[in-house]
Amino acid sequence: MNLKDISTSVPKKDHSGKVSGQLAYISDVKVENMVYGVLVRSPIAYGKIKSIQLPNFPEGYEAVGAEQIPGPNVVKIIQEDQPIFANEWVNYIGEPILMLVGKELDILYRLLNEVKIEFDELQAIYTLDDAIQQKSAPGVTMASYEFGENLDVISTIEQGAHKIIEEEYSTGYQEHVYLEPQGMLGIYKDDEIVVQGSMQCLYYIKNALISALACGDDEVRVVQSPTGGGFGGKEEFPSMMACHVAVAANAVKKSVMLVFDRSEDMVVTTKRHPAKIKYRTAIDEEGNILSMCVDVFLDGGANAGLSSVVLQRALLNSAGVYKIPHFHAKGYVLKTNTVPNGAFRGFGAPQSFAGIESHIGHISKLSKLDPLDYKRKYLVKQGDPTITKGQFRDPILMEDMIEDLLNASDFKSKKGEFQRFNQQNLRYKKGIGTSLFLHGCGFTGSGERDHIKATVKLVKSRDDKVLLKISNSDMGQGIYTTLSKIVAQALDLPFDRVLYPDPDTKEVPDSGPTVASRTTMIVGKLLERAAKKLKAQWQPGVEQEVVENYVHREMIPWDEKTFTGDAYPAYSWGVNIVEVEVDTLTGNVKLEKVYANYEVGKVIDDRIMKGQIDGGLAQGLAYGYLEKMTSKEGRIQQKSISDYGPPTSMDVVSIESKVFDNPYADGPYGAKGAGELTLIGGAPAVQAAIEDALQTSFQQIPITPEVIIESL
Amino acid sequence: MIKFTLNGRLVETDAPPTARLLDLIRDEFTLIGTKEGCGEGECGACSVFVNNHLQNSCLIPIGSIDGTDVITIEGIMESEQFKILDESYSSAGGVQCGYCIPGMVMASAALLSKNPHPSEAEIREGISGNLCRCTGYNMIVDAINLAAKKGDGLWQKK
Repeated sequence: MNLKDISTSVPKKDHSGKVSGQLAYISDVKVENMVYGVLVRSPIAYGKIKSIQLPNFPEGYEAVGAEQIPGPNVVKIIQEDQPIFANEWVNYIGEPILMLVGKELDILYRLLNEVKIEFDELQAIYTLDDAIQQKSAPGVTMASYEFGENLDVISTIEQGAHKIIEEEYSTGYQEHVYLEPQGMLGIYKDDEIVVQGSMQCLYYIKNALISALACGDDEVRVVQSPTGGGFGGKEEFPSMMACHVAVAANAVKKSVMLVFDRSEDMVVTTKRHPAKIKYRTAIDEEGNILSMCVDVFLDGGANAGLSSVVLQRALLNSAGVYKIPHFHAKGYVLKTNTVPNGAFRGFGAPQSFAGIESHIGHISKLSKLDPLDYKRKYLVKQGDPTITKGQFRDPILMEDMIEDLLNASDFKSKKGEFQRFNQQNLRYKKGIGTSLFLHGCGFTGSGERDHIKATVKLVKSRDDKVLLKISNSDMGQGIYTTLSKIVAQALDLPFDRVLYPDPDTKEVPDSGPTVASRTTMIVGKLLERAAKKLKAQWQPGVEQEVVENYVHREMIPWDEKTFTGDAYPAYSWGVNIVEVEVDTLTGNVKLEKVYANYEVGKVIDDRIMKGQIDGGLAQGLAYGYLEKMTSKEGRIQQKSISDYGPPTSMDVVSIESKVFDNPYADGPYGAKGAGELTLIGGAPAVQAAIEDALQTSFQQIPITPEVIIESL
Repeated sequence: MIKFTLNGRLVETDAPPTARLLDLIRDEFTLIGTKEGCGEGECGACSVFVNNHLQNSCLIPIGSIDGTDVITIEGIMESEQFKILDESYSSAGGVQCGYCIPGMVMASAALLSKNPHPSEAEIREGISGNLCRCTGYNMIVDAINLAAKKGDGLWQKK
């Protein structure tokens, strides 16, 4: 492959099987001697199990629980607080207690209703507000960090300030609604258990299985099936399902399939953390910011899971794209007796950006200044320190991107046009809003160096085809195509001679999880290096193998304790402009136009990038005004897709987008991360547009019709 | 015994009349192109044609399909129209995770056979019963628009 420009699109590797439906996702797979599993789940939010009474099982049906786990009863994630099967305490409605296995699902569902469990029920914590009140009680605070300017200094500044502006901002749940529900199959073999399914992180699962089964490295194997969407929802959650099917397969000596239906998936799987963010900002008479304190509270749900890392990213983004003098932040993950929250595209950043964009916008309006002019005054520049005393090293193109988007959207004349429209119309009001944002690419801090330690392998076959041997999942984002393209281009080999089979831990080294906008930038760079090495030693007709390991480029070392240093090696950037029309009679918001500029280093494939932009924005915009999930006394209230309300084709409009080139030295062909960035600006831009239409301020997302009607 | 035509072939089953058409297609006839996304008729991943009407097969008890003509994605895979849709989805970049796509292709074919020159608004309406979480729909809308143009004259052919 010899593309003049790597960004030139090529056909996707997995197109044919997907368009014809003949590519087998996990629910399409049937293996010999396969039984189904269903989970007995806790009906209460918090309590102790007193007794379990099982029904009489027909032949071939049985229950599997904690006593059948060969290793510790823990799903290995970060902390050891998540049981595989709860056998003593239950901490949320839906927590798995037992698995029933057998041939027919109908019979399993009947048996499920006949399991009788008695509990000693205790007082649960249901809401984030309750948890904030009780945050000093034992076990409620699951993680916390604090950093920034000395509080005495801030207190002195505040005493001399013209005004102190305090706001409290809330964000709700967001549910992934990947179109393919979670599914996992444990295949029983004499000498190994193979776990196959829908997943983003093969080695997270493999490590969890080695722990649960107390077995050797060669006794478990994890294979990714084509994965029908992930968005973070298949990052850590599948580890628990993998433990369930592997323990069950090991116990009953049959292959066990566990596939959720939609309502089960919506009620028991991880979601984006609801957040409460408090801002306290001192300003002078001209409206200049003198200091800012931000407190972030995340609802972790019942287990710690990945919440501490989500909180880190929320805090690292708490000042947005701005250089704020005398900035201080602290944050908490608090435990509630609700379904555990976890990874979701953006990973803590969408909450923070919604909050800071809202707050800065409100400060500017209080000072009667134009929000965008005000934001631009505080925009970080190359060489500026980050809020953790790291540095923005690379060129920042935000000013150009903003200017370009203002022109593309005809922003200034729209403002005037909408004002006139709103004066003449009582019922319908139009508004336009902006958002400015970034995304730190890759793992936070020293994660790549200390925890992930990625390795990639290229294998050249005798017929001179090259195989990518890495553990990263294509979940729709297109890495089968983009990573193959990087290798084909570096080797100057035809695209169809580069192959990327579904990853299988027996075949591939640990190149890390498919998360954190790291795949293209980190894994892609390793592959580019491996391909160049292979090219240098290429021998036609000979089998060859090349391995590359991650090398950390040391900058200002990250210290998690003091929360200082370079949190990310590089940043991607974005600007969104959104136009809406609000119906003040119904509270309905109609998207009219969406404009977006991004900078992701260098695009590896234009068409795939556009897919990330449109899809990410659709999710991000909907997070701001459409998608609403709630929990009542520990029970998720939206059990179906339409109760929840992700966008349909009628809700989205065509998006005018552009991507700016700004090649990054440590990314393949200059590429940085792109997948999460595109979601982040949606909600704050839609909020700003609704506020502009109604000339009001909101302190929450989603801004649903109910919220709008109440505000009028 | 329920008898119907499946992808042009007369078939019969002794599954109970309350069984879902979706399960019958997938389990008994092992046609995997029809996917289950919600089981409640909200996502369109299980779209099939019953007597040439686009339907969610998860909502159809097989008792109601006796004597009908059922077509799944496998039944159109060899057609010229499918070839056009396949190419259009590829060049417009309409496919990401792929799980909604067979249903989306069925909805596209249904729309174009009724309305070979749809406007953007008509395309959006035509696929409004099919949920996609990856693409934000725009590149799917582009794909259908492209297919309408590339396949001009083909769509109303049987």
